[in-house]
Amino acid sequence: MSATLTEPAPPQATVAAPDPTTAAAAADRKPLTRKEIIGDHPTWCPGCGDFSVLAVYFKLIEKRKLWHEKIVTVAGIGCSSRFPYFLQAHGAHFIHGRALPFATGLSLARPDLHVFAFGGDGDAFSIGGNHFTHTARKNLNLTYVVMDNQVYGLTKKQTSPTSPLGFKSKTDLWGAVDYPINPMKQAIMAGATFVARTSHTNPAHVLQMMEAALDHEGFSFIECLSECVEFYQGAFDASNPRKGGAFNLVPAEHDVTDEMAAYRLAGEPLPGHFGIFYQVKRPTKNALEAKIIKDVREKFKGLEDWQILQKTFDRMN
Amino acid sequence: MSTATVGVSEAAAAPPVEAVKEAVIRIAGNSQDGIQAIGGFLARLAGRSEQDVMTYMTIPSTISGGPSIFQVRIGSGEVHSSGDEADVLLAFYQHSYEEHIVHLKKGGIVLYDADHVEPKPDWELEYRHVGVPISGLTVEAIGGTTRDKGKNVYALGLIAKMFDLDAAKLRNLIGERFSGKDTSVAANALNAFEAGYSYSVGHLLNTFRFVDSQRRGIKQVVMNGNEALAYGLIAAGVRFGAGYPITPWTDIMELLRRELPKYGGMFVQCEDEIASIAMALGASYAGHLAVTGTSGPGLSLKTEALGWGVMAEVPLVLVNVQRGGPSTGLPTNVEQSDLNIACFGSHGDCPRVVLAPANVEDCFYTAIEAVNQARQYSVPVIILTDQAIATRIEAFEQPKLEQICQQLTPDFTPVATFKPYDLSAPNGIAHHRPPGTRILDGRYPIASGLEHDEYGHPTASAKLHTLMSAKRRKKLQALAAQLPPPKLYGPPQGKLLLVGWGSTHGPICEAVDRARAMGESVSALHLKHLHPLPNGLEQLFSAFTHTRVVEMNDEGVYGYGQLAGILRARYCNPKILGINKTDGLTFKVREIVQRVNAEVVDGMQKY
Repeated sequence: MSATLTEPAPPQATVAAPDPTTAAAAADRKPLTRKEIIGDHPTWCPGCGDFSVLAVYFKLIEKRKLWHEKIVTVAGIGCSSRFPYFLQAHGAHFIHGRALPFATGLSLARPDLHVFAFGGDGDAFSIGGNHFTHTARKNLNLTYVVMDNQVYGLTKKQTSPTSPLGFKSKTDLWGAVDYPINPMKQAIMAGATFVARTSHTNPAHVLQMMEAALDHEGFSFIECLSECVEFYQGAFDASNPRKGGAFNLVPAEHDVTDEMAAYRLAGEPLPGHFGIFYQVKRPTKNALEAKIIKDVREKFKGLEDWQILQKTFDRMN
Repeated sequence: MSTATVGVSEAAAAPPVEAVKEAVIRIAGNSQDGIQAIGGFLARLAGRSEQDVMTYMTIPSTISGGPSIFQVRIGSGEVHSSGDEADVLLAFYQHSYEEHIVHLKKGGIVLYDADHVEPKPDWELEYRHVGVPISGLTVEAIGGTTRDKGKNVYALGLIAKMFDLDAAKLRNLIGERFSGKDTSVAANALNAFEAGYSYSVGHLLNTFRFVDSQRRGIKQVVMNGNEALAYGLIAAGVRFGAGYPITPWTDIMELLRRELPKYGGMFVQCEDEIASIAMALGASYAGHLAVTGTSGPGLSLKTEALGWGVMAEVPLVLVNVQRGGPSTGLPTNVEQSDLNIACFGSHGDCPRVVLAPANVEDCFYTAIEAVNQARQYSVPVIILTDQAIATRIEAFEQPKLEQICQQLTPDFTPVATFKPYDLSAPNGIAHHRPPGTRILDGRYPIASGLEHDEYGHPTASAKLHTLMSAKRRKKLQALAAQLPPPKLYGPPQGKLLLVGWGSTHGPICEAVDRARAMGESVSALHLKHLHPLPNGLEQLFSAFTHTRVVEMNDEGVYGYGQLAGILRARYCNPKILGINKTDGLTFKVREIVQRVNAEVVDGMQKY
């Protein structure tokens, strides 16, 4: 019986290059160093909030001993979506707004990989808004980090779907008039099973959220406030203690399985709270599809693929 | 009905039995009457009897109901098309009778439901009318009301008697069809069949018997084009697919959703067309060649992501079941008007492969070819079928599955070093190393939609863009050099060459036969590989005085259809002109012959 998508055959080993995935080989391997995972020099502007998110991603890989070949980084289009180039590992730089369905295909086809998708607020909530909703409701096993700067940076200061009312941009000379999307509310409403908020100004907290997301089985969504120093300077000062703001952690008594409580936290004005707003267990699409395959294949035990097709053709004559 | 030389039975008591080589039966009713089901039974019976068969159907694009037809052409010899004119019209309603009698041969048989159809005296002089109170007799046989199902199977019984069909095989087919349901359903269907079969049409007209098929000993399968394509993908080893429902592609995704888990694979219904190509590309990038598919509007939506597949050099199979366009167009009608978008759609220079199967059997094998080309050249491959081929049923020799079926296992073998876009690769053909592959020198590939260097990292270098554009193009040029030259139908030189692609293969070949029988010098060339085109076509064209490209699309602003435009651009040959139509229906053989006569043979003095 051949391997299936959800139960793949183990990667082949060769004499020249022993299989690195066996337990013995893994034990011998030293954790990756920062040097080994750094890719291209980021093209972001000096002071951009995205730098700290990238630094935390490196730290996560080091700390959690994620091998080059066990992770994959996916992004759409935007400043933050340049992510895959900036680290040394398998990655894909897909088209605008569609990182999540691409990541979904990856996640479903390769249960052995950790799939990370990165993007910005325009990619996630404007052009890719539909995909955000459906990836969340399908509860795909992957982590999505949105670096929200509330402005279009790559195209130089147009209104984004998360820009607050009154924000002046090149497309809203008199101040934004369209009511902004609240990413946290959107995620909770769409059925995401892990919803967290953090800020680039607190890297230790970003790492904590990334680790929790990594450990979560299902669609883990992190909104990371990430300031655009070029086009929306000071956007998140109210949440930055160094600028006189307050970085409030989610209250200890908050019940992360309480959807309404999470929704109320999501509705707070800046600075609001930071941490995990909502986390529940629900079967992932990966697991549900694997079960369908397992159950269906019970009936075809011991048959080669061509014999299964032959049985079908025998009924079509 | 072409009568064989076998002659007429001389049995005195029984009604005369006429031997026939083939027959065209047109069943006209409403879409909920189950006429596709009886058409399907007839087609499958032909398949089991080693006969050739081709069907044709129309379905209304309404949600439920509306007039619908199913035409079956069964032959003991080779059947190229579903037939221009019917020998028998089975009409369930007055509107079926009135609208479809024009498609009946003069002197043909109208078998009508006397409970619903009032025959017209004028027509009774021209056609043989056989009225049977089908609705009433069905109720008599199985109970229920005239609005319940069953009259289709009753009518099947009538046809079985009329053509002396193998009733035992038909009973088996009916039993198999309803095997999953309540036993009373199968029992009712069989009762309705028996009632129709025992009704005596013999006193009204003679009956017919097919002469034995020439295909002795060939085991056949019977299916429609969508099924053949889907099973071809499975045979080729495709184990992941993603799609969004759109007519007429939907059957393929439904089938793959149902079947793939048997093979350890899965098919995902996505939120939209763009998500489905994105998801398929994600799975392909992950190492499992994936399929997505669509019809008309969906192809427009998918073209941006298709361009990413070309740029990132990720293999993919994209099925497009063409329907009438533009926009929502004619969802349940046929057209071949997506050739240009298939070959050129997406911004930028975007070389991809386009294939078009010629018939149902070819759908199966084209799927396998598409998969192998996508993998071999690391490129998206579009399979262009159409509504007509998708829904028509044909019988063909059962594929030798043990030899044909492929296993596509991704290769994660660690490598010392790897460049995903290696410019020194022969003919520009480099292959992906999916994530999960360890690369020992620590330089990992990025699959990129930005113009990139050999590792996939972005570059604004004008030189690299030129080199990479050439690399993507050279792969297709290498593929073109590998393609087998297409075979001519008919002599290799003459007055007129008809060029076709896709589902028009059958009617074009039959038109050639008919024109040659009338003494005309006509041959045909059928192109399956549309992009890139195979090399050497110019030599074939040069042996003919005239070339006409037969296509179901508009003649365009400049006077020729989409394939004709591509051929003219490629060969600078002003002799290449078109025979086009846009009525949403398949070409009739007669239409092609008439156009050939009008424009070329009779009009030859003009040139």
